[in-house]
Amino acid sequence: MVLNALLMNKVKEIQEEVTIKFAGDSGDGMQLTGALFTDNTALTGSDLATFPDFPAEIRAPAGTLPGVSGFQIHFGSKKIFTPGDEYDVLVAMNAAALKTNLSRVKKGGTVIVNTEGFDVKNLRLAKYAANPLEDGSLQGYELYAIPITKLTREALADTSLGTKEKDRSKNMFVLGFLLWRYNRDVKSVERFLEAKFATKYEILRANLKVLRAGYHFGETTETFTTTYEVKPAPLPKGTYRSIMGNQALVLGLLAAANKSGLPLFYGSYPITPASDILHQLSTYRHLGVKTFQAEDEIAAICAAIGASYGGALAVTGTSGPGIALKSEAMGLAVMLELPLVVCDIQRGGPSTGLPTKTEQADLLQVMYGRNGESPMPVLAARSPSDAFEAAFEACRIALQHMTPVVLLSDGYIANGAEPWRFPKADELPEIPVHFAQAKASENGQPFLPYARDERQVRPWALPGTSGLAHRIGGLEKAHLTGDVSYDPDNHNLMVRLREEKVQRIAQFIPEQQITSGVEQGELLLLGWGSTFGVLESVTRTLLAEGHRVGHVHLRYLNPMPRNLGELMRRYDKVLVPELNRGQLAQLLRAKYLLPIVSFNSVRGVPISHNELLAFAREQLRQDAQVS
Amino acid sequence: MTTPTTTVRKAKDFASDQEVRWCPGCGDYSILKQTQSVMAEAGLDPDQVVVVSGIGCSSRFPYYMNTYGIHGIHGRAPAIAAGLRMVRPELDVWVITGDGDGLSIGGNHFIHALRRNFNMRILLFNNQIYGLTKGQYSPTSEVFKKTKSSPWGSLDHPINPVALALGADATFVARSLDRDPKHLKEMLRRAHEHKGSALVEIYQNCPIFNDKAFAPFTEKDSKEVNDLFLTHGQPLIFGANRDKGIRLEGCKPVVVDLEKDGYSADDLWIHDERDLFKAQILARFFDDPHQCDSPCLPRPFGVIYAVERPCYEDLLEAQIQQARAIKGEPTLDQLLAGNNTWTIE
Ligand SMILES: Cc1ncc(C[n+]2csc(CCOP(=O)(O)OP(=O)(O)O)c2C)c(N)n1
Ligand code: SF4
Ligand SMILES: [Mg+2]
Repeated sequence: MVLNALLMNKVKEIQEEVTIKFAGDSGDGMQLTGALFTDNTALTGSDLATFPDFPAEIRAPAGTLPGVSGFQIHFGSKKIFTPGDEYDVLVAMNAAALKTNLSRVKKGGTVIVNTEGFDVKNLRLAKYAANPLEDGSLQGYELYAIPITKLTREALADTSLGTKEKDRSKNMFVLGFLLWRYNRDVKSVERFLEAKFATKYEILRANLKVLRAGYHFGETTETFTTTYEVKPAPLPKGTYRSIMGNQALVLGLLAAANKSGLPLFYGSYPITPASDILHQLSTYRHLGVKTFQAEDEIAAICAAIGASYGGALAVTGTSGPGIALKSEAMGLAVMLELPLVVCDIQRGGPSTGLPTKTEQADLLQVMYGRNGESPMPVLAARSPSDAFEAAFEACRIALQHMTPVVLLSDGYIANGAEPWRFPKADELPEIPVHFAQAKASENGQPFLPYARDERQVRPWALPGTSGLAHRIGGLEKAHLTGDVSYDPDNHNLMVRLREEKVQRIAQFIPEQQITSGVEQGELLLLGWGSTFGVLESVTRTLLAEGHRVGHVHLRYLNPMPRNLGELMRRYDKVLVPELNRGQLAQLLRAKYLLPIVSFNSVRGVPISHNELLAFAREQLRQDAQVS
Repeated sequence: MTTPTTTVRKAKDFASDQEVRWCPGCGDYSILKQTQSVMAEAGLDPDQVVVVSGIGCSSRFPYYMNTYGIHGIHGRAPAIAAGLRMVRPELDVWVITGDGDGLSIGGNHFIHALRRNFNMRILLFNNQIYGLTKGQYSPTSEVFKKTKSSPWGSLDHPINPVALALGADATFVARSLDRDPKHLKEMLRRAHEHKGSALVEIYQNCPIFNDKAFAPFTEKDSKEVNDLFLTHGQPLIFGANRDKGIRLEGCKPVVVDLEKDGYSADDLWIHDERDLFKAQILARFFDDPHQCDSPCLPRPFGVIYAVERPCYEDLLEAQIQQARAIKGEPTLDQLLAGNNTWTIE
C-alpha cells in the first residue's frame, strides 16, 4: 500500500484561499471536526475566520433538516475578513446536510459525502424524492462519494467497541481525509485527542486509528490525484494563537482583574450564546475567580452588584432575553454608581427568537431599555480576538468611572475563531483603582459618598472600612451626602450629573480612527460589532476598484468618540450596515442630523460580502448620477 | 470574623442620623430597636455590618442604621447579599425583607438563598399586606381578604413562610413577634449566632392597612391560647394557665389538657430544634385563629429548626484553595498564550 502511494502520482496545487463547510447531523461531531481543523489551520500560519452554525435543538431527530449542524471555515494566504460567502468544499455527512447547504457551494466546487447518509431513510427525512448522488443533480460539482461509516468500521474491526461507538469516530475519518487533502501535519489533532481521552484509552485508540485511516484513504485512493496547500498569510510578526470570541472575552476579564488587582466575580444564568463565558470562567477557580450560577438573570446581576459593592471586579453576562430581565437591576447600578460590566452576547430576537443565530438588535435595548434617565456606557467587540480588548476596556471604564458598562458581542463573534497575536502581560495598561480611605469618625467631617471628582466620579467606599459607613439605594439621593431626597432641584441635578459622568468618558477614550480607506471621499462604511470583517473586505474591494471610500468601526457606542461627527462629514455619504433594522443608524441620525443610509439584514447569519458590495456599488453609482 | 472590639457599643450607636419615617405605631419600630440592641450587645462594629433590603416599608430599614447598607430593588435583597457574601465573607450581613418583597416578587431568591445557606440573617417582616403600596393583599394574607385590590375578597391561598423555608432546606428557621420585644431580641440573637442563612419570620403589625392582623397572637385575652413558645429540650406547653400540651401521636400532633386528660409534662412532645421531621410538623401548626372554631393548634414561636451545614461562601473559598493546590497559579502571560501557539517571523 505504501509502495502504491509512492508510485501514485499526486500533484500539489497551491490555493490562495479556501472556504470549507462541514455539515452533518447534530450527533455527527461536525463542530469538533471544524474546531480541530481550525486549530490545525491556524498552526500553518494562514489567516482564517470561522462560523459555526448550530441548530437550536440539542439533538433534533437524526437525519432531519432542522437537525443539521454546520461549521464553516475560510482560510487563506491573504488577510481573511469573513467566513466566506460560498463554499469551495462541502462535507455533507447525510442527505439533510447536503440539502441545506448545496445552494452555497461554488459552481464546480467539491462535494464530499458520506454515502451511508443517503440511504432510503435519510433521503426521506431530508425530503429528497430521488437520491441526489445518483440522479445527476450533482453534475457540475466535483463529487466524492465515500462510504465513511463502512471505512470507519473497517478501521476499527479489531477493536472491542460496539458499532455505535465505532460510528462515533467517523468524524475523525473526515478530518483525517481533509488534513491529507490540505497537506497537513496531523500532530496537533493527535495531541488534542490524547489530552481529551487521556483516561479513555479504547476511545483514544479508536479516534487515532480512524483519523489515520482517513488520511491514508486520501493518500492511497487513486481517484484523488490532487492535494492542496494554502501558504501562510502575511500577518504581522509575532506569536499567535487561535481564539474564539467568548474565550477572548474571558481572557479580557481575567486580564482586567489582574491589572486592577481586584478579584473577579461573574454572576450568570445559562443562555446561548453566552454560556461558554460562564463555563470557561468557572474553570479558573485556581485563579480565585468566583463564578456564580444564579437562579435567574436577575439574581445574577444582583449578586454582581453586591460583589461590586464589596470591592470586586463584578461582571454579569447573558443574551438579549437575559438583558430584559436584568434591566431593573441595571438601573439600580446606574443609581448606585458602582462599577459593573454587563455582557450581552446578542442572538436573534425578539423573545426567544433565534437562540443559535446571530443578530445585532439589542443596541437600543441596552442604550434605552430602562426606566428613567438611565445612561450607561456601551462598547462593542468587533471580532473574536477583539473581544479581548473590548472586555478589558469595558472593565477599565467601569472601574475608573464608577458606572455599569454594557459590552456587546454576538453569536457570530462568540463562536467564531481567528488567529490572535496575543499581547504580553506587560504591554497591557494597569487599571489603577482607588478605594476611599478609612477615617477616624471623631474628625467631624461626615463621609460624602456622592461627592464627585472632576470626571463626576464618586468614591468607591467598601463596607468594612472604618469611618465610612453609609447607605446607598435605588431611591434618588441627595447630591454629596447620598441621603434619600425627593427635592425637585436635586433630582434635576442628579439626573444631569449621572448623564454628565457618562458623557465625560468621551474625554478618556481615543478619537475614532479610520480602519482603512481614504480620509475623506465619496462613501464611508460605518459599522459596529461583528460586521467588521465584511465591512473591511467590501471597503478593500471598492478601493481596489478605484472608489474613494473609507471604513470606520465603532467600539464606543456610548459615549461616541468626540471626533465622530466631524469624521462622518468628510464623506459625501455614510452607509451603516447592521444586522438589525437600523439601530445605530437611528442613533447617528438623531445625534448628528446626518442622512445616514442603512443596509439591514436580519436573517440570523452574517452579512455576506457580495450582498453588501452590490449595495455599496449601487450607492456609489447613484451618487455619480446625482453629481 | 468581625474584628473583636474593645469599644462598648450602645444600641444608639447603630442608629443613623436619618429621621425614621414609618407610621406611628408601626411594628417596624420595635424590630429596628431590637436589632440595634442585639448588634450592640453582640459587640459588633457598625463598620463591619451591612444591611441589605428590597423594597417596601420594611425595606427602608438600612437608612435608619448607622452601618453600611444597600436599599436594593423589589425582592432582590437576598441575591445582592449573596454576591456580597461571596466576595467579603468577613462582613456581617443582614437582609431585611417584607412578605411581598421576600415571598412574592422575591420568592425565587428567598428559596435559593436558603438552600445555598449563605451566612446571613434574613428578617422577614410579615404584616400580611403590601404596606408601601397602600394596602393590597400579600402572599401571606388570609384567603378571602378584602383589600383595595380584592374588594370581593382575595382568592389566594396564603404562603406559610416557615414551611416554605424548611422546604427550601433552610438551616435556621424562627418565628417571633414585634409585640414581644424580649422574645424578638432573643430570636435575633440566636439568628446572629447561627452560621448560615437564618430566617426569622416576624409578625409585624401594620396599624394603617392591616391593623390587628396578629391580634390573636399578641393580645392579652387571646395570646395565651394561641401562642406556643418553643424552648429546645422543653415540652410543648401553652394555655392561659400553662394547662395545655401537645403530644405527638404517630405523626399527628394532639392538644391535650394537662389538668383534665391526666397527662403530665413527661408525656408531651419535647422540642428538638435539630429534628427536621418534627420541625416540619411544627411548621404546619398554621391554623388561623380568626377562622378556626374547633380547638385549633397554637402558633409556634421560637427557634423551630436550627442545624449546621456548610455555607456556600465557605465551600467556594475551600474550592478555590483546592483548585490552587492542584493547578497552581498560572501567570497572565501563560493564560494569554494558551496551549497552542505559533510564531510568524
Ligand atoms: C418592580 C417593582 N414592582 C412593584 C413595586 C411596588 N412595590 C413597592 S413595595 C411593594 C410591596 C411591598 O410589600 P411588602 O414586601 O410586604 O413590604 P411592606 O411595605 O409591607 O413592609 C410593591 C408592590 C416596586 N417598587 N418595584
Ligand atoms: S403602612 Fe403599615 S407597614 Fe408601612 S410604615 Fe405604615 S404602619 Fe408600617
Ligand atoms: Mg408587607
